[in-house]
Amino acid sequence: MIAALNAALAVLVLALAVWTVAARSTFAATVGFVAYGLVLTLVWVQLQGVDIALTEGAIGGGLTGAMLVAAAARLRDTEASARAERPGLALRIAAACVAACVTAALAYAILALPEPAPTLAHLTADNIASTGVANPITAVLIAFRAMDTLLEAIVVLFAMIGVWSLAPDRAWGGRPGQPHHADPDGILAWFARVLPPIGIVVAIYIFWVGADEPGGKFQAATILAAMWMLAVVAGLADAPPVSRTWVRLALVGGAVVFLAVGAAGVVTAGAFLAYPDGYAKLLIKLIEWALLPSIALALALIMAGAPERPER
Amino acid sequence: MTATPGGLLLVAAVLVPFVGVLAGFALGGRNAQRVAAVTILAGAAIAAAIVAAAPDSGGTLVYLLGGWPPPLGIALRADALSLVMIPAIAVVILGIGVYARADFATPEGVREARAPLVFWTLLLAIWGALNLVFVAGEAFFEQVALELLTFAAVPLVSLDGKAETLRAALRYLLYALSGSIFYLLGAVLVYGTYGTLDIALLGERADPDPATLVAAALMTVGLAAKTALFPLHLWLPPAHAGAPPAASAVLSGLVVKGSWFLVVRLWFDVLPGVVTAPSAELLAALGAGAILVGNVVALRQERLKLLVAYSTVAQIGYLFLMFPLAFDAGAAALARGGALAGGTLQAISHALAKAAMFMAAGLVYRGLGHDRIAELGGVARALPLTVLTFAVAGLALMGLPPSGAFAAKKLLLDAAGMSGRWWWETVLDVGGLLTASYVVLVLAHALARPAGGAVEPAKPVSRLSELAALALALGSLALGFAALGPAPFDALPKPLAAKEFGAALVTLTGGAVLAVALGRKLPPLAAGGGLAAAVRRVTVPAGAAFVRADGVLRQWPVAALALMLAAIAFAATMLLGR
Amino acid sequence: MTDAATLFGLVAAALVGLGVYALIVDPQPLRKILAFNVIGAGVFVLFGAVAHRGAAAGWGGDPVPQALLITGLVVAFAATALAVAVLLRLHAETGSATLAPEPPPAAGDE
Repeated sequence: MIAALNAALAVLVLALAVWTVAARSTFAATVGFVAYGLVLTLVWVQLQGVDIALTEGAIGGGLTGAMLVAAAARLRDTEASARAERPGLALRIAAACVAACVTAALAYAILALPEPAPTLAHLTADNIASTGVANPITAVLIAFRAMDTLLEAIVVLFAMIGVWSLAPDRAWGGRPGQPHHADPDGILAWFARVLPPIGIVVAIYIFWVGADEPGGKFQAATILAAMWMLAVVAGLADAPPVSRTWVRLALVGGAVVFLAVGAAGVVTAGAFLAYPDGYAKLLIKLIEWALLPSIALALALIMAGAPERPER
Repeated sequence: MTATPGGLLLVAAVLVPFVGVLAGFALGGRNAQRVAAVTILAGAAIAAAIVAAAPDSGGTLVYLLGGWPPPLGIALRADALSLVMIPAIAVVILGIGVYARADFATPEGVREARAPLVFWTLLLAIWGALNLVFVAGEAFFEQVALELLTFAAVPLVSLDGKAETLRAALRYLLYALSGSIFYLLGAVLVYGTYGTLDIALLGERADPDPATLVAAALMTVGLAAKTALFPLHLWLPPAHAGAPPAASAVLSGLVVKGSWFLVVRLWFDVLPGVVTAPSAELLAALGAGAILVGNVVALRQERLKLLVAYSTVAQIGYLFLMFPLAFDAGAAALARGGALAGGTLQAISHALAKAAMFMAAGLVYRGLGHDRIAELGGVARALPLTVLTFAVAGLALMGLPPSGAFAAKKLLLDAAGMSGRWWWETVLDVGGLLTASYVVLVLAHALARPAGGAVEPAKPVSRLSELAALALALGSLALGFAALGPAPFDALPKPLAAKEFGAALVTLTGGAVLAVALGRKLPPLAAGGGLAAAVRRVTVPAGAAFVRADGVLRQWPVAALALMLAAIAFAATMLLGR
Repeated sequence: MTDAATLFGLVAAALVGLGVYALIVDPQPLRKILAFNVIGAGVFVLFGAVAHRGAAAGWGGDPVPQALLITGLVVAFAATALAVAVLLRLHAETGSATLAPEPPPAAGDE
């Protein structure tokens, strides 16, 4: 039964990947990609990675998918010229050959992976008690490999500065993206009024249980960002001007708190990013609470794009 | 594994620049530049402290983040290689920071301007990311460091917002991302095989089994794509030539060294017994291709900045010549020694000289309002310091004594002589001649009489910027005095010996002959014009053929195909060579 | 349950191949970004399969690669966002979205 379900999932994932690659219109390909992301969440569940399923659904399929669909809609008029640049048959055959070689080599390597598989699960289990959290992924992300997560928060900020750097000079400091006007009585506005409260509750739940159950700040931040975007698209809210001091402080706040806790660890626990005995769970919660709004805002502003409207 | 005294300095080397990014970004406006100035000074002090702390820790600094030892935790490690790169990069950042003050000041009457804020924050971001690359003790962590580097570098390419630079930025980003994803794919296979990504642990465990070989090939080409190793260089010339000069200096002098450093880490520390002699020869052969094509195409450029960018394509090739020379046939593994020291010295001297050369090219552009090589006549009078900088950086790049590249070349030649691989000596010599040719060509134009009267600078250039560029160029030229330093550099010939000057004269003369034969446009020749014209009827079409070949290789489908073919070739040579 | 790991591992290999093909031949930059994400998903699924192979200590997967995956997904999102932003700006500036460089101005030798 499970084997049949897995086989069906495998076929579906491959079919959607083929669609994404081969669809004639780019817009159709991006829509295929969103479906691909959704089916992948089921694959993660089958691979016993519920945390990853949540992340994939929220970020991989959700935010990335929405961004690609929107971009495809804006780039519709470039389809014809792109098709004219399609390389000749010989190159396509060569590309298919090397792609097949890569797949074959990978498949060979995967089948040759050692048995039993090496794992750090035991080592994680032996040490998780000292962190006070029960979700091993949270323990890895904010205790054993906390530096990864700190850098991840910084990566998101760099990407956002990169997106902002694309603004025309006259729009610098202004609001990102184009203004959205939707019918205040329309279906979109209705959704934008009804969904965010539900979304915020779901996000806080996912965030809250993240210490012990699947979930956590990234998934919750993504949902918050998505709710806010819905309100923006429906014309109920607007992106803030990027020069506002509160925007800047909110964006760096999470990383600053993380750094401060890490630095305090040098004095109180003998190492950067170490937590003193008995305070680990409290400090992990503090870091997560600080990261949540910063990451949600950064994700939302990345989605909103470069500043385009100068402030008057 | 335990932490060593001074290990916390490694955390500071990475995080102090990042704190500077956060502070500059949050405070905004003119504060970004002020924060950058303070951070650069603090970072330079940290780099000095790291070098000073190394002897007390047995030459290698180690820090365990959160106190968790690998494989569960992540270690930061600075070995001899990192301890050379960290201070060298700090010096270049300092030079670029001084140089860029004139170009990236927030204009009067504006609270905050886009380009200055982005430049100063991302300059620090690149620095922190590079330090992370040098000290990260783990392969996945290195991946995050590389992404930080890429995300900070791409916006610098398109800082002026023109269509051509946006296109260059997009090509760079897409190709670099393709490289990262293959690196990550390799890392996944490595984890699946060994259950750790810690570099020290992998160095003890890695075996040439199928998954490791596939991983090694994927990771190598992924990094080579990010380094723009020929023929995977499609993105580099437009990206490095189109950026503002201070940004070009960062990109060409520093950013490509990050992924190059990881190739060294991967081959010497993670997989020393997995790579084979044929695979090392292949890596160096790509380097030789880079030297030949990059240099000849540089000589055929019309614009100075593109010439310097193609020169970078060639110089990246040099950085890969050391791999076969470091291969110890007896142990069937790569060994640290003279060849690695030579390659590292080459990377540092190139970082200094190439940053200086891009800065000089930028000053020429600012002074004249253009950078067309054929119209440089008179610039030596108008901007003597800048032309001197270009000349000194050029001498350093072509490897004349007492430059660092000269010492590096000697170390590599020693290694080549010991292993009987004489042909790499030819590559090094031809490379030096070709480099000399375009330096001589540019200087001949710059020193020529202007077409219409004396040249006045269109815009004044900052004297401080000129001095910063000159300081970096002189630094690169003086690096050969490392010969007076500790092993393995003490084995070097003394750079001021008389016979070395004879060799230098040969290089310069040969370069001049090549410039006459292959150069795009020649300054008025004093004598022998008839002979030159006869030679050029044969040689110029040959040079043009190189340019056409480069044009084909830099088309996206060809370059993407080349990426995959290179992966297949590396996998094959690693299989065949045992 | 290593059956599922092997099955999805092989699916991952196929996804990478499909993405590589598209990355080489499709001239539209947005399709290249899509191809990057298809390859990325393949790499992540492979990592997930590796994690699942390492199931132990009462967990369904090795938590270390699972945590790395979450970091990887966020980094891939940031990369995609930056690429899309550059592409949209290029389109706004030129009205086209081609990666092909403009032909250099023809100039002869002396």
